[in-house]
Amino acid sequence: MRNVLTIVGRELRSYFVSPVAYVVLGVFVLLSGVFFQAILVQTLQMVQTIQAQSFGGTPQPVDVPGEISRQYFGTLGVILLFMLPMITMGLFSEERKRGTIELLLTAPVTDLQLVAGKFGAAVAFYAVLLGVTLAPISTLFLYADPAVGPLVTAYLGLFLYGASLLALGLFVSTLTENQIAAGVMTFGLILWLWIVDVLGGAAGGTMRAVLTRLSILTPLGDFMNGVLAVSNLVFYMSLAALGLFLTYRSIDAWRWKG
Amino acid sequence: MIQVENLTKKFNGTPAVSDVSFSVEEGEVLGFLGPNGAGKTTTMRAITGFLPATSGRVTVGGFDVFASPIEARRRIGYLPEHPPLYAEMTVAGYLRFVARIKGVPSSDLGFELDRVMETARIDHMGGRIISRLSRGYRQRVGLAQALVGDPPVLILDEPTVGLDPKQIHEVRELIRSWKGRHTVVLSTHILPEVEQTCHRVAIIARGRIVAVGTPAHLVERLERAARIVMDVAAPAGEAAAALGGVPGVADVRVLDASDERARLEVEAAGVGADVEPELARAIVERGWGLFGMQSSTMSLEDIFLELTTDEPPGGEAAS
Ligand SMILES: Nc1ncnc2c1ncn2[C@@H]1O[C@H](COP(=O)(O)OP(=O)(O)OP(=O)(O)O)[C@@H](O)[C@H]1O
Ligand SMILES: [Mg+2]
Repeated sequence: MRNVLTIVGRELRSYFVSPVAYVVLGVFVLLSGVFFQAILVQTLQMVQTIQAQSFGGTPQPVDVPGEISRQYFGTLGVILLFMLPMITMGLFSEERKRGTIELLLTAPVTDLQLVAGKFGAAVAFYAVLLGVTLAPISTLFLYADPAVGPLVTAYLGLFLYGASLLALGLFVSTLTENQIAAGVMTFGLILWLWIVDVLGGAAGGTMRAVLTRLSILTPLGDFMNGVLAVSNLVFYMSLAALGLFLTYRSIDAWRWKG
Repeated sequence: MIQVENLTKKFNGTPAVSDVSFSVEEGEVLGFLGPNGAGKTTTMRAITGFLPATSGRVTVGGFDVFASPIEARRRIGYLPEHPPLYAEMTVAGYLRFVARIKGVPSSDLGFELDRVMETARIDHMGGRIISRLSRGYRQRVGLAQALVGDPPVLILDEPTVGLDPKQIHEVRELIRSWKGRHTVVLSTHILPEVEQTCHRVAIIARGRIVAVGTPAHLVERLERAARIVMDVAAPAGEAAAALGGVPGVADVRVLDASDERARLEVEAAGVGADVEPELARAIVERGWGLFGMQSSTMSLEDIFLELTTDEPPGGEAAS
């Protein structure tokens, strides 16, 4: 465990001395802030329209904070598609390029601890990104009374969603010494996992159902609606496990290739 | 302390190291001498467990580096060919990280850092960012990194590369001072380095060990080994055969042959006996004329080249 924490610590420190962390954090804060503002304005306008249209009769009740947070989280899911590859792209590719992998692979640290340390660092950094979004969400509590349940499940969903993509990104970063290449490949992979349900739209019947089920964004929708389904938990967790397993195997394969 | 048995490492089917076996006793310093591409780095990587062997076995302190890698690695300090440095870290921050992953207890951390930094002569550099260090200082940080945790076995791949002459001298002194305390394997292309620092030398060429011995033994072998150039009045082929039959002669080459005259080069192996009188007798007994005989001992460099190349030294340079 100490080994894992040592690796996590070094990785986090190196995130924050390189520009990557600040660029990712800055762009993420800016984009998510702008979108939150836009969603807020849009939702309020929509509510006003509904109220104006209902004349004398009682207006249909609208869950304003719920509506805002759902849209906001949906947008975050998409922004993160672009940000997550940048968190993992250098994790192993840079070690290989700089030759520091030779230190890590000859230290009394198991490959499993190494993978856990790298993944832990990526997840910790991602948690910081998610933490930032608590600020706009908490303002909802100042002006309204949002339901806490769906917010909790939405964060759980976003966390698992991010963690599973980070695990895949970690694997991709073992495949090349070039971190830009790793970043682009990861982005491509994530994008593909995202749009499989679009392909599903063209197909029909069971094919469509299966492909929709495979899209990484589909379970996220359930989480945001406050639905906690075991199948969704299993989906993200098995995706993460797959990514970590492939990472582990890929490190073993390097040793043999040299 | 270190046992290498029939180590073979292939890359995509091409062997980089073939059937290498040697052992290093506790407290011994073994020098690995060989030209570029000989397989020194590959062998060292197999010892540290970075690259698993294609076949063969390596044990360190009794632990198989493949079957019980963690136990074996705990005993090894390794300076790779390219020092494995994180450029954005400070020297002290980097060494602290290395100490932690090597399992140095937190309570000893400060003491251990001071110790290795002093040994590698970087005690005033703790706060410097590694990317801004000169090459020589990076090499020193690499060396300090290998010493962290005071491991009994040190594997140093070209430890003096990039250092200034004073520092080279210091590092050699340092390695010498370890004799008896650390088991060391170091690689180099530099002959005097091996002579000055090592108990034993293994000369490696094209992935095979071609000679192992103490530097003194090698030097002795060199001094006794001689090249004798002879001018004789005899058919070249017959003369070469006659000289080749003399005990102690390793090789005979015809340098020049014209009509009844021949110039031959005889190489005497290091058996110690003076072969010149025997050579002269071999010629004269057969009724041939002996016009001249000139012997020269081989230099250390000659032997090195002799051991590690196929081409005769001093031939036409490839262009
Ligand atoms: N990762 C690798 N993949 C393929 N071939 C390799 C690899 N590493 C080394 N080789 C080959 O193995 C042979 C031995 O290389 P090695 O690095 O062990 O030599 P060396 O003795 O350390 O040389 P130098 O003095 O230049 O450092 C070379 O022919 C090299 O091309
Ligand atoms: Mg080498």
